[in-house]
Amino acid sequence: MAAIIELDSISKHYGPVVGVNHVDLAVEDGEFLTLLGPSGCGKSTLLRMVGGFEVPSAGTIRIAGVDVTAAPPQQRDVNMMFQDYALFPHMTVGKNITYGLERKGIKGTAARDKAEAALELVGLSGMFERHTHQLSGGQRQRVALARAVVREPKVILLDEPLSALDAKLREQMQVELKHMHEKLGITFLMVTHDQTEALVMSDRVVVMEAGEIAQDGTPEDLYERPATPYVANFIGTTNFLSARVVARGAGLVTLEAGNQELKATDVATSDGQAIGQIGIRPEKMQILKDTECRPVNVLPGTVVETIYQGLALRTVVRLSSGEEMLVDEILRQGMLHSDHPRAGDPVVLGVEPHNILLFGAER
Amino acid sequence: MADIALIRSKPRKPPLSIPKGAADGAFITYATLLLAFLYMPVAILIIFSFNDSRVLAWPLSGFTLDWYRTLFANADLLEAVGNSFYVATLSTALALCIGIPAAMALHRFVFPGKALFRRLLLLPIALPGIVTGISMLNFFNLMGFNLSLHTVVLGHATALLAVVVIQVLARLQRLPPSLEEASSDLGASALVTFWYVTLPNIKTAIVGSGLLVFVLSFDEIPVTFFLTGRDNTLPMYIYSTMRRGVTPEINAVGTLLILFSVVLILLAAFLTRPPGRKR
Repeated sequence: MAAIIELDSISKHYGPVVGVNHVDLAVEDGEFLTLLGPSGCGKSTLLRMVGGFEVPSAGTIRIAGVDVTAAPPQQRDVNMMFQDYALFPHMTVGKNITYGLERKGIKGTAARDKAEAALELVGLSGMFERHTHQLSGGQRQRVALARAVVREPKVILLDEPLSALDAKLREQMQVELKHMHEKLGITFLMVTHDQTEALVMSDRVVVMEAGEIAQDGTPEDLYERPATPYVANFIGTTNFLSARVVARGAGLVTLEAGNQELKATDVATSDGQAIGQIGIRPEKMQILKDTECRPVNVLPGTVVETIYQGLALRTVVRLSSGEEMLVDEILRQGMLHSDHPRAGDPVVLGVEPHNILLFGAER
Repeated sequence: MADIALIRSKPRKPPLSIPKGAADGAFITYATLLLAFLYMPVAILIIFSFNDSRVLAWPLSGFTLDWYRTLFANADLLEAVGNSFYVATLSTALALCIGIPAAMALHRFVFPGKALFRRLLLLPIALPGIVTGISMLNFFNLMGFNLSLHTVVLGHATALLAVVVIQVLARLQRLPPSLEEASSDLGASALVTFWYVTLPNIKTAIVGSGLLVFVLSFDEIPVTFFLTGRDNTLPMYIYSTMRRGVTPEINAVGTLLILFSVVLILLAAFLTRPPGRKR
């Protein structure tokens, strides 16, 4: 696998405002890579610079080994699926799709055949003569994809492709786009602020924070081993406790956190800092019953409230030190909401050493 | 929660209940009066253009096409009509040729003095015609131009440029920027993008503003008054004959102009129809 897109120390300034700050990134040929982050983190700017809609203030962009930093969009072998789909409103579905082919010199029946094939690929056969304003949101989205795919680009850029769809359709399209990527074998570079979307669809996710890369890894890496509190907080939910190292040895580090001594698997914090706080995912803790054998770490507290979520039950527990912890338990068969501790009940939380994430001090 | 929504969705009773029939009747009367006020004079003009008396007074005395015959025999009047079409066509073309690129420049580029440029472009429409007329007259005299229909064209195009810029700019600003980006992304050069994507989407604004400029130029008097040479446009000619009172001949001209306007309106509706079936 070779890099199809290489970003070499890319920066983008808007006057004194830094949009993107010295980003290095290589997108492998054929992978599905997602840039994830909140709005304003520079992910869209980065994508638009790859597409040629914005020129970097500094750095080099190479697509398939060719320097395209200054090249306009029409000279780049990539195609974008826009957030608002940007279908031409005065053209039929067919004309929208053949537009990009005609620019390449493919016209007439040859163009029509290719367009029909692309429509079939996205499940819209027979829609060639339709007008774009006759289509539903999901159909427009498919036409936009067909229009990008039909030109057989090296990379397809997707700018928040599913944000305009309702929740149910979005879930369905996530899987469909992923299958489309597998079928086509073309590199997909997507931008989203939706962590679920990123985890479900991508081979690799790049989390961005304030114009810089916060972490780059597989979805599992990001969820199980978040490099910073920012990533842990952005992807999924995390309980944070400030912590102090008491002792080290035998692969375990003993910490003082939440008025308790906790033992955690001793790994270096990713930024190399001394341990300042710990994170625990809500589903990696459990509320202990009297009959269960005790795990290494226990945290006593009081139930503040329980929140029924259908699939899971979330319990808010206040520790003796005053911090509130969220605990999520899947409601399996035979586990009833009514059996659960209620507000005011004392409980003991259990957590295993390898489920404690170690971070540097709060910044 | 559901209860609140239910209560809210109930139609509220009007505070003062008026029988529905009475309200409808009042509205229909009002609408009829308004339309009558707008269109009665026009109807009277058309009727009297076919009346065989030289005096404009009731009752109608008989039907005739004489006024149309004399109209088509009046060389001065026909020349004035021809001049008006000439001026209106050229001013429209000139205003569009300058106005569309100006609107695109204002929309797309950021340049120093942009706000000033926009204000200066839009100013002439706010200036009284007399001011535009006198100042351009001075300017042409200074430059040693001879006054003719062409100086009138320059005057009209200057005064009416803002109409084109305002309408085309407003349309461009409503157009999602992603459309032009998508076009270039799909391999189109700037020129191809303009021709196949931008132009079709601002077409209705161009046709609409063009028609408006045409009509405004056609019946313009103040600027024309100062800038024309020996040739007269139709409004100037009608104005000059008015000293002898409204003749039935003028009614006939008016009727033909109304017919022409209807054709223009139909043409505009045809040119700006939405693609495919009804939206």
